[in-house]
Amino acid sequence: MSNKEQKLVAALENGTVIDHIPTDKLFTIAQLLEVSKCTEPVLIGNNLESKMMGKKGLIKISGKFFTEAEISKLAVVCPNIRLVEIRNYEVVAKRQITLPETLTDIVKCANPVCITNNEPMKTVFYLKGTDTLKCRYCGKEQKLENIKLK
Amino acid sequence: MENRSIVSIADYSKEKIQNLLDMATEFEKHPNRSLLKGKVVATLFFEPSTRTRLSFVTAANRLGARVIGFTDPKVTSSSKGETLKDTIKMVSNYADVIVMRHKLEGAALYASEVTNIPIINAGDGSNLHPSQTMLDLYSIYKTQGTLENLNIYLVGDLKYGRTVHSLIMSMRKYNPTFHFIAPKELEMPEEYKLYCQKEGIKYIEQQDFTEDTIADADILYMTRVQRERFTDLMEYERVKDAYILRADMLSKCRENMKILHPLPRVNEIQYDVDDSKHAYYFEQAQNGLYAREALICDVLGITLEDIKKDK
Repeated sequence: MSNKEQKLVAALENGTVIDHIPTDKLFTIAQLLEVSKCTEPVLIGNNLESKMMGKKGLIKISGKFFTEAEISKLAVVCPNIRLVEIRNYEVVAKRQITLPETLTDIVKCANPVCITNNEPMKTVFYLKGTDTLKCRYCGKEQKLENIKLK
Repeated sequence: MENRSIVSIADYSKEKIQNLLDMATEFEKHPNRSLLKGKVVATLFFEPSTRTRLSFVTAANRLGARVIGFTDPKVTSSSKGETLKDTIKMVSNYADVIVMRHKLEGAALYASEVTNIPIINAGDGSNLHPSQTMLDLYSIYKTQGTLENLNIYLVGDLKYGRTVHSLIMSMRKYNPTFHFIAPKELEMPEEYKLYCQKEGIKYIEQQDFTEDTIADADILYMTRVQRERFTDLMEYERVKDAYILRADMLSKCRENMKILHPLPRVNEIQYDVDDSKHAYYFEQAQNGLYAREALICDVLGITLEDIKKDK
């Protein structure tokens, strides 16, 4: 991480930095996190230099720590981003988010005649390989890139 | 409580399948029993069906159970917007087992998750139809004496026919050789061919349907080629008569060969075939009764031993 970035991170007293966001996914992620509803400071940066990715996006949100369900949602949209948790100006946790084996009530099934699209119920998807999700109920598979969130 | 529902039989072990076949064999010897005396079987047909429903109702009656249910969702609260969950929970208060058909895929699995009483899937959309698969297996077992090492020829609509897909999956442990005979537009979907490759199931694809191409079949499983399945109607006109079985095509076939069809048929098996010793589709439908008696007993915890003891 560059000095400049460290300063950016250090400037946050309590909250989360979402790092390594592909530049074309930045606003999707911002929308997903409902940053427009945040009342505490939010910093959004795009096209920042990255050794790993060339260019990247980054979001800093004060006073926000993510639940597992929220992290799963992020993972579906963008499987390789990194979360950095800050408490009292200290980095307390860094995690590379990964897709869980089972996604409960995160993704919508693309099959219109699947029971999950016709009953008030939770969807369940299983990860198959690295880029495919399989619906527990109708058994239909869909590629991660075509996924719609619930 | 262990949920003994039957949503799919695709993952059943050979032992489990054999157990169900043995139960069906017992029921064929003596179909009329009192094993379910005092029990109530609910048949919930959210989607109309004649054959499957009558077969299940008959099976329940011949086992001595009482039957409640509906044959048309228009007369139920579903039409008032009641959820499947609520209907299932309500009926669970009255019945010991629910047999259900639904137009939505995954409905039976979901139903089995919201109740403590067993669910038998009598078809959920184009997804699964395990009782049909069970009666197909029983018909093959009965006519061939085994499920092992058979040449099974699947003919007609292999794209949308869920019975042929289920059959492939449930035969995978018995070393079958499949022949897929279908027009280009209705050929076996890629996902099932990949499944066969993954599971080491031998298959041969062909488009010709003649007395020579079916000469080595042990089982000839016919399905209906439906006009509405074609996007190109000229293609339909071209192939519609190419997958019709006539009696004169049976001259070279094996002695033990039997013709199966999930019914209803339209014209894909000519009526002159009905008199052939190879025709088995009506007996196949009758086998559905014994297979369904076995399934109902299985979900209620009645074992092969119980059935053998019951005279």
